[in-house]
Amino acid sequence: MTTSLIRRQALDTELGRLERMLEIRAVEESIQTLYNDGHVRGSTHLANGQEAISVGIASILRPTDVVTCTYRGHATALALGVSPEGVLGEICGRVIGCSGGLGGSMHLMDASVGLMPTFAIVGAGLPVAAGVALAAKLKKNDSVALTIFGDGSTNIGAFHETLNMASIFKLPIVFVIENNLYGEYTRINLSTPISDLADRADSYAMRKEIVDGQDIDAVRASISAAVKYAREGNGPSLIEAKTYRYSGHSRSDPATYRLPGELDEWKKRDPLDIAAAKLISNGTITGQDLEKLKSEIDTRVAKAIETVLASDGPSLEALMQHVSASRK
Amino acid sequence: MTVMRTRQAVIQALSDELESDPTVFLMGEDIGSGGPFKATEGLIEKFGEERVIDTPISEMAFLGAGVGAAAMGMRPVVEMMFIEFIGVALDQLTTQGAFYRYLSRGAYQVPLTIRAAAGAGMGFGCQHSQILDQWFRGNAGISLVIPSSPQSMYGLLRSAIRSNDPVVVLEHKALYGERGDVITGEAGIIPIGQANVITEGTDLTIVAIGSTVHTAKAAMESQSEWSADIIDLQTLIPWDKATVMKSVAKTGRLVIVEESSYSGGWGSEISSEVVSQLWGKLKAPPHRITSPDAPIPYAQELEKRYLPSPEYVTSQISELLKTGKCPAPWWEGF
Repeated sequence: MTTSLIRRQALDTELGRLERMLEIRAVEESIQTLYNDGHVRGSTHLANGQEAISVGIASILRPTDVVTCTYRGHATALALGVSPEGVLGEICGRVIGCSGGLGGSMHLMDASVGLMPTFAIVGAGLPVAAGVALAAKLKKNDSVALTIFGDGSTNIGAFHETLNMASIFKLPIVFVIENNLYGEYTRINLSTPISDLADRADSYAMRKEIVDGQDIDAVRASISAAVKYAREGNGPSLIEAKTYRYSGHSRSDPATYRLPGELDEWKKRDPLDIAAAKLISNGTITGQDLEKLKSEIDTRVAKAIETVLASDGPSLEALMQHVSASRK
Repeated sequence: MTVMRTRQAVIQALSDELESDPTVFLMGEDIGSGGPFKATEGLIEKFGEERVIDTPISEMAFLGAGVGAAAMGMRPVVEMMFIEFIGVALDQLTTQGAFYRYLSRGAYQVPLTIRAAAGAGMGFGCQHSQILDQWFRGNAGISLVIPSSPQSMYGLLRSAIRSNDPVVVLEHKALYGERGDVITGEAGIIPIGQANVITEGTDLTIVAIGSTVHTAKAAMESQSEWSADIIDLQTLIPWDKATVMKSVAKTGRLVIVEESSYSGGWGSEISSEVVSQLWGKLKAPPHRITSPDAPIPYAQELEKRYLPSPEYVTSQISELLKTGKCPAPWWEGF
């Protein structure tokens, strides 16, 4: 069993899921330091504030199900099972990275847990996920495709074409909108005439649901129902998870466009706090345990960074490999 | 060996692959009814709706679905009714499918075939007549073939479907009705990347592909002053350098006949490579005979003039041989 699969199994428990959310936050927060120290090139897109969606999804899907996800994909990759070394290694362009350092932050992948290379073009992952679902249908296995994308993607043609086709073909697919209220630098009300994006399912006679993206248990319930619906051959669902990203669109974006007070309001409903409070109130852990867990995770991430920085960059040969079948 | 039309060779190749490999399936607009060129006629009746899938008019969705299904181990054959239609979906092939093998370090491969009617000469106007090979050149991870005969249609299409990478098959719409002998089965399969020397001559090498193979042949047959090695390139990406170099090393002269417009044409790359490899051994500068840099006109006489005709090719070659210099194209001065 791969390390990624073992990490995936750890999401079977409530504590395992909290731990993964904490780890995602810690990994993402370490990226700025790595950037300042000159280890990160190009752009990165953080998903801090959205951890409950990634972990909720990963804890419901089977490793044989397939996920397509956007360039805001660190959280999804870690949730599905990619190690911190795999994600940070990729962001730092090292051979230890999950795409061997050839992809970068926007192209994370791990076939052993069903993560296709993440998509750096808005909307591009939707048609591909439909093809994954079509393959499952043609092969008559009960795999499900799940595609994660932002509110901005709901205004691109690929979204509408794919929802229509998935509905007509009754494909085993779940469409998940992470509605974090901003498409790149633009607030949703300036780009989109409706506020409940799930309503777009109505045009395609598709099952829909709006879910609180800050509450992992709510996310799990919603994903679980949609996955079951798809697996049993009933067709696609569109799920809108209402959430918020604490960072700007990408590293170069200070997010000065936010509404005053908006960030503070959302931080009051932090997905990690909500999950931790539940575990403390049901007696699974104490406040002390939580602090200890956080510190263990910080140590683990610090060690991962050490490993990553000790890892080499990919070889020159790697640049010319896997371009086509004849160049292995 | 059977005599068949090019469009029937398409059907035969698809049918043979559908029969021999259960992971092959077809997807596209109106393919169940055979489409405007009847190039998939009868297949839905033979293989059913699960393997011959009619799609909505949503090129991005179904081309992308082809990429996704291919990554899951299927061998989809996606039809673009006209190659221009891929413009609204290009991302799915050039930016997504073409790079999955690379990004996943070989964990995912994309054995996807894209068939499309392409090419001018049938009065379809500028948005349904282009050959558009230039949209795919310079994009790592993709192969591109342009068959010129029923046999090469059969043989190249089967190779495309068996390839483990995306292959674009440009089916010239003016050739769909042409008849020819076809060897079917394994013996009829033509490898990707292999040119076909269709005539042998002494004075020059003519490199052509698709429709211009016929133009070059007609040009040669119309006169007796010169004879040429006519090379049907068959595959444009990757093109068969060895065959072209060997021929030009023998004849010392290279003429390239292209259907697409002058600027950015594929002949530039071949010409450049030949000059680099055979510098000092050439008897004349390589010469490209192409269409002009203009959209394809509708009016019949203009469309005929737009494409390189056998008469035009003959006069250009005759001048090249006489003067040792590249003659000006007909549109110079307009």
